[in-house]
This record gives sequence, structure tokens and C-alpha cells, in this order.
Amino acid sequence: MTATLVAQFLDAETLQAALRRVKSTGHAALDAFTPYPIEGLAEQLGLDRSRIRVAMLIGGLATAAFAFGLQWYSAVIDYPIDSGGRPLNSWQVFLLVPFEVGVFAAALTGVIAFLRSCRLPRLHDALFEIPGFERATQDRYILVAASEADPRDLRTVLTEAGAVVVTELRAP
Amino acid sequence: MSQVLVPQQPPAHRWISAERADDVAITQAIADPLFTGFGKRWWLALLATLPFVLWLLVAIVWLFYRGIGIWGINSTIVWGVAIANYVWWIGIGNAGTLISAMLLLTRQRWRASINRFAEAMTLFAVAIAGLMPIIHLGRPIYAYWLAPYPNTMALWPQWRSALVWDFWAIVSYLLFSILFWYVSLIPDLATLRDRAPRRGAQLVYGAFALGWRGSAREWSRLQTLHSTMAALGVPLVCSVHSIVGLDFAASLMPGWQESIFPPYFVVGAMYSGFAMVVVLAAGIRWGLGLQAIITPRHFDAMARILLMASIVMFYSYATEWFMGWYGGEHADRAVVRFEFTGTYAPLYWALLTCNCLVPQLLWWPFARRSLPVLILVAIAINIGMWLERILIVWNTLSHDYMPSLWRSFHFTFWDWSFLIAPLGFFAFLFLLFMRLIPSVSMFDMRELAHEEAAA
Repeated sequence: MTATLVAQFLDAETLQAALRRVKSTGHAALDAFTPYPIEGLAEQLGLDRSRIRVAMLIGGLATAAFAFGLQWYSAVIDYPIDSGGRPLNSWQVFLLVPFEVGVFAAALTGVIAFLRSCRLPRLHDALFEIPGFERATQDRYILVAASEADPRDLRTVLTEAGAVVVTELRAP
Repeated sequence: MSQVLVPQQPPAHRWISAERADDVAITQAIADPLFTGFGKRWWLALLATLPFVLWLLVAIVWLFYRGIGIWGINSTIVWGVAIANYVWWIGIGNAGTLISAMLLLTRQRWRASINRFAEAMTLFAVAIAGLMPIIHLGRPIYAYWLAPYPNTMALWPQWRSALVWDFWAIVSYLLFSILFWYVSLIPDLATLRDRAPRRGAQLVYGAFALGWRGSAREWSRLQTLHSTMAALGVPLVCSVHSIVGLDFAASLMPGWQESIFPPYFVVGAMYSGFAMVVVLAAGIRWGLGLQAIITPRHFDAMARILLMASIVMFYSYATEWFMGWYGGEHADRAVVRFEFTGTYAPLYWALLTCNCLVPQLLWWPFARRSLPVLILVAIAINIGMWLERILIVWNTLSHDYMPSLWRSFHFTFWDWSFLIAPLGFFAFLFLLFMRLIPSVSMFDMRELAHEEAAA
């Protein structure tokens, strides 16, 4: 039977050492929760690389192209005005608006991609029920690990690595 | 107010002057005043700004009722305080995002103490700046004609007009800045949600925290997003104030039609914005008791940037004078002569004193470390930058090609209103921000404290 344990640590170094112990003893490290970003933690957990930047590039370029197309269509096809003999397709100055809206659109796409990749926004999460989990955003470093075999062995590993509290997570 | 982080003399760490600044202490020092209240001082400050908010409201209503003739503008000097305000406020507005993004990209760790309120300053300043062109319109009810939309008149915006570029630049920049600010605020909102003693606060902060848990995935994605936005933000900020510069440079007026205008406006924006950050940092440090987090060394770093920017500003002015002479155009030379000796000459000399001379004090370490001196220099810079903006407008329009059209601008009560009241409105918004949102980024500070081995 599988068991999922939630272990709370007092600092990031202990958490990272515990993570290495959990992996080397054949258990699975599922996720970690920390009050500030810890360098290298995502790699240790084996998270896949994000594609947020690709989404931002596509969103930005597509919006910029649309903005340029709109200017071109309105100035050349739909409402041509000869303004001091300038060419109808004044593409040099038509680049300003696409740049501005393109950057904003890239940022907006990035935020949407970020929320999607983290499954946010969410109103509730099972982890919020764990006593003390609210300190993950303040001063506790929390590791979630699972054991295929004996959960007591995993609990020993976590406690020996310096966990101050270990809670078992069960589906209702 | 905060007794949690005790500053030490000499500072215990490079960017944190408390001996110990662990996660709990930082969280308490920044978050707890939001729940316990700021006491009488905050209410008094808010009360002091209220008359200005009302004054601005009255001024805007009167302007909409009577039209822009209530200002000192005339048929020659068609631009006045509203345009100078617009350029000045958007300059300040540019600095917050620029500072935060540039310091992030160059890995300046001390940004942790100032980025949050500098970005908030951006939001409020850009919002005020965005008002100015609209109130300057003769018929503000038609402001929405700037937007392209299918309409019964079968009209489109004139995309070659600098006013249309302005519209898109301000709107894009304001929305971008809100996103940039909000993204880095999510983890701190989650902290507030988890610390809030009352149900109402938990619900409100919880809703805005979007269910943030601080998982490794969330952190790594957030950092990717935030650094990419910063990399996009720097060119965006430069383009926004360049476009403001093009409002002038794309004309055919002597003293305006200069290719140096876009970069010169960007430096000016950073300059006045950094000066404003210094003033606000001093206020927040005193008001919230954050002496341990915003240290003399932070002010020293900002003072060096101000000094550098003042030299670049002086170089820009000198380039303008040189090009006015070197270009050989009579009207250009006449405008430069008019700047130094004409109607507004005392203001021009004041501008040079405030922007070029006074900041030279910052060569001396004692001036950079003395808060009163630094604040006075920063205020002088902000006054100087406003004078620069208004003089760019006045000098050229008062001394155009046609001598028979030469006239002067005379301040009216309503010009003063639009100069002073927005400052109070800005202070009002900023006080509300301080009360509701942590003025310093808590998670950035925790990271800094761990790097400094203060935790």
C-alpha cells in the first residue's frame, strides 16, 4: 500500500538533505513547499522545464502581427488618407503600436500560461487541511514524499533527516 | 513601530542591518502592522491628503464644465501644465518598473527592499499621467475616439499621429505594470492569507493569492515568468518614454525637432523616478519602522545612480545647446538664447541648478549617507525635472518661427491646482497601498536574509 507523508523542516538546507535521503532510500519525493524560492529544488524534484516563454513569444508576436495588420488595413484599404504625401503604408511608424501591445500581450499570455501550468487559481487544496501547512508561506519548509513499501520506513528516514512534524496524508 | 528587527550600528550585514533576521522576524516586521493597524499617524496623514483629493476633483469638474480656457494657455502656447505634468508623472511612473526590472536582470540583490513600493509608485504615477492628456483634450468626452473600433462614422484613428502612439503606450504600459507588480505579489498575499487573524481578511487576501501554496513548481514557474517579464519590461519602459519624447521630436518646432529627445526623455524619467523612490523609501522606512531592511547602504546605492543620471542629464542639455548652435538654423539658435536670457530664464537657471549642480553634492560620501541631505537633493531633482518639462513646452511655443506670435504663459489658479492637487492624490493612493499591501516584498527579503546569513 502507498502512503503519502508530509514532513515539516526548519530550514531549506535540511529540506534539501532530506530530499536526497528520501530518493536514495528508494522512496518518491513528490513536492516541496517553501517560503521563498530555493535554487535547484525544482531540478532535484525532477520537474519538467516550463514552456511559459514559448507561450509568451507566440502570444506577443501574434498580437503584434494583428496590430500591424489592423493599422495596415485601416490606413491602406479601408480609410486611406493622403497625409502630406506620406505613403499610405507608413510601416516605420506602424511598428510602434505593435511593439507596445505585443509586449503587453506577451506578459498577459505568460501570466495565463503560468496560472495554467500551476493549476491556479484554485479555491482550496487538500494540503491546506494539514495542521501547520499555513506556515509553508512563512517559515516552514515542507516536503511531501510517498512510499510504495513500508510507510514506517519513510517516516524514520524523514525524522532522522530532521523533520519536526510528519503527517500522513489520506484520501477521504 | 516594528520591534522585531533591531537595526545595529555598524550594520550587521551588507544589506540588512539587524544581527538576526530570520523568516519569522521578517514576516512579522512587514506583515503584522497590516493587521494591527498603523495607529494615529497614518490616519492623520490620510486626513491631510483628503483636501487635495477633493481639490483635484473640483478642478477636474470645473475644467470639464468651463473648458481648458481656465488655464493660462493661449492660442500660441497651446500646451501648458497638463502636458508638463503628463511627461513628469509618466517619467516617475517609468522608474518603478525600470528600476525593479533592471536590478532584477543585473542581479542586484538589494532590490528586495525597494522593488515593491517602487512598482506601486509606478502604478499610481502612470494612472495620474494617463489622466493628463484626457483632461487636456478640448472635448474629453471623445477620448475614446483614440481606440480603433467599428463605428457609424466609418472612421479609423490616424496611426501616424503621436497622440495615438501615446494612447497605446500608456495603456499597454499601465496594464503591463499591473501584471508585473501582481505576479511578484502573489506569494506575499498567500502569507497574508495564512497570517490573517480575521475571516474577512483571510477571504480577501486568499482570493487574491489565487490558492498559492509555495510549491517548487509554482516558485520555478513564477521565477521564469517574472524574469522574462523583466526582460520585456526594460525595452517597454524605454519605448514608452521615447514615444513621449516623440510627441515633441516628431513636430517641426525649433527646440523640439531633435533626434536626442527619446533617449534624453528616458534618462530624465529614470532620474526623476529614482529621486521619487528615495523620498518614498525614506518615508516608508520611517513610517513603518523598517530601518533594519532599508539601510543607509541602500540610500548610498540610489544616490550613486542619481549622481550618474545627473551627469547624463547635463550632457544631454549640453548636446541640445551644441546642436542648436551647430545646426546653424536661426530659429534653433534663437530658442537656445531665449532659454538663457528670455522670459523664463530664472526658471531655466533654477532647472540647471536643481538637475545639474545640486546633485554634485553626492560625490561626497557624507551627503550620500545623510538622509536629510539626500532627501533635499531628491526633492530638488524632482522640482528641476518638472521645470525641465514645463520649459520644454513653454520655451519653444513662446519663441516659435513667427515673431508676431511670441507670447508668454501666465499661471492661473487652475494651473496651480493641477500642479499641486495630483501630488496629494498620489500620496493618498500611496498611503492606502501601504495600509493594505506589504510595502516590502517578504519572500525576496527572506531570500536576501538567507543569502546574507542573517537568518
